[in-house]
Amino acid sequence: MLARLGHRLLGGLAVVLGVVLLTFLLLHLAPGDPVELLLGPTATTEQVAAQRQALGLDRPLPSQFGSWIGRLARGDWGTSIAKGRPVRSVLGDAWPATVRLVALSLLLSYVIGLAVGAVQAARSGSRTDTALSVTSVALFAVPGYWLGLMLVLVFTYWARWLPAFGAAGLDSDYLSGGAWAIDRLRHLALPLATLTLIGIGGAARFVRGAMLEALSQPFITTARAKGLTPRRVVGHHALRNALSPVVTLLGLSLPALFSGAVFVEAVFAWPGVGRVLVEAVQARDYPVVMAATAVSAVLVVAGNMLADTLAGWVDPRVRSSAR
Amino acid sequence: MTRLLRDRRGAFGAVILLIVLVCAVAAPLVTSGDPASQRDIVATRFLPPLSTDAHGAFHPIGTDRFGRDVWTRLVYGARISMGVGVLAVLVSLAIGVVVGAVAGYWGGPVSITLLGLTDFALALPRVVLLLLLSALWQPSTALVIAVLGLTGWMGIARLVHGEVRALAARPFVEGAVAVGARRLRVLARHILPNALTPVIVAAALGVGNAITLEAGLSYLGLGVQAPTPSWGNMITSGRDTLVNAPWVAMAPGIALVLVVLACTLLGDALRDVLDPRTRR
Repeated sequence: MLARLGHRLLGGLAVVLGVVLLTFLLLHLAPGDPVELLLGPTATTEQVAAQRQALGLDRPLPSQFGSWIGRLARGDWGTSIAKGRPVRSVLGDAWPATVRLVALSLLLSYVIGLAVGAVQAARSGSRTDTALSVTSVALFAVPGYWLGLMLVLVFTYWARWLPAFGAAGLDSDYLSGGAWAIDRLRHLALPLATLTLIGIGGAARFVRGAMLEALSQPFITTARAKGLTPRRVVGHHALRNALSPVVTLLGLSLPALFSGAVFVEAVFAWPGVGRVLVEAVQARDYPVVMAATAVSAVLVVAGNMLADTLAGWVDPRVRSSAR
Repeated sequence: MTRLLRDRRGAFGAVILLIVLVCAVAAPLVTSGDPASQRDIVATRFLPPLSTDAHGAFHPIGTDRFGRDVWTRLVYGARISMGVGVLAVLVSLAIGVVVGAVAGYWGGPVSITLLGLTDFALALPRVVLLLLLSALWQPSTALVIAVLGLTGWMGIARLVHGEVRALAARPFVEGAVAVGARRLRVLARHILPNALTPVIVAAALGVGNAITLEAGLSYLGLGVQAPTPSWGNMITSGRDTLVNAPWVAMAPGIALVLVVLACTLLGDALRDVLDPRTRR
């Protein structure tokens, strides 16, 4: 178990390092010089050279990368060019918002998706099944930013119920207790609903398949033959066995969910890592881009490892057959 | 083919895609012409759907803030969006099939390296890469195709790898080797044609995905650039006028959902028809 965990950790670390290295190379291969952008067209050649030296951009790439990693490990993430704040505090403010949004929508979409998929599989072929199938495929096909816009149109502009911007109201600092919580929840509602609705589509589709697979197994016939109620056969025997591929999918769907979050954060101005990344990329804020990419890679890899561990917990067979 | 069309999902998907493709190809015929045409902006902007403007031109889904006909832009946008989606998937297909076939047929260190590369690329957050690539270079339609193609080949490589490995052990392949066919010929003529079924399904699903991502990039301003209409940048321009002209953002979104839905359903139906195991 420990050896397996160590193996996974090394693999995860390799992926994160690879992402960071790739980002670094892309940034340096791309046309456009940050120094010229920084100093403007009036700078002399000497000024440009001096600035390059000050930023360490004149050294060979491997040495630049090495020193960046070294500083990162020591906790120095550099300073944002556009915001003038330490990168660490920029990201430190952002990542809890993303985790909150992604984790909640993951939880909600899988709980609802499991229920919907189980109902469909139990009544496979019925009208309910068809109707739910069509709905989930359609939801799966909707791009997040557009669904977000439509929800804004309905709930913000037409119904005037929910805010469509940010994670808290302008007066949030002056609110306390219940009013503060309600303000937060109202701001969370639309982005969370957008991500969750799309997530339900994917989850239900997959759960239905996994449940049908489980329901065709011999032990289900046995369970039925024993005279168990259909409810117990589906809810207890089939669902438990369908759970392990679902948990694996949960891990695999994390990158997609994070991607979705990037767009949804852009629509709702949600102050998360995705929005920081989009803004930094547009402003060529290199230190922030590097760090935000690293953080998103860590989030994705950590999520995958968590799902792996969960899969072993849900299905003892995975545990015992694991190296 | 008949079986595919008898499947209701397959028929729906095929019909939708056919309509969109015909409209896109025959764009000058089904629309009033130039997607960028603006006349008297003040008199013709923000006309609601099904209205006729002061010049007597009919606008089935209204006009945008520059007085441009949304239907015309939608149809010309279909050319861009569908084109980008299909071309990006072709790029992914080319890379994925080569990587998967080589890794599956040659084995050894080549295979381990290629599979490692594939797994690594699968673990990368795709949208982060897309953002980086398209933000750092000058945004253009060609770049979007390249970027989507370069970040979408991994699933296909894995599929092809699995198929090729299974097929390489089959008697007819041994037969081809025994009569002295060169390895490349065996791979290209005997193995790959038999491995294409799941690839076609993956490609159908991939087109929908690529179209969504293209629209996403264009939505963020990193994809197809105005005034060229793509469904993504149409949604963006509609976002700014969501309150007084919601149809500008609604129309391309609905078109997008329909096309992606059609690709998904067609892919599902194709898989069921082509895979004998799920045939009932």
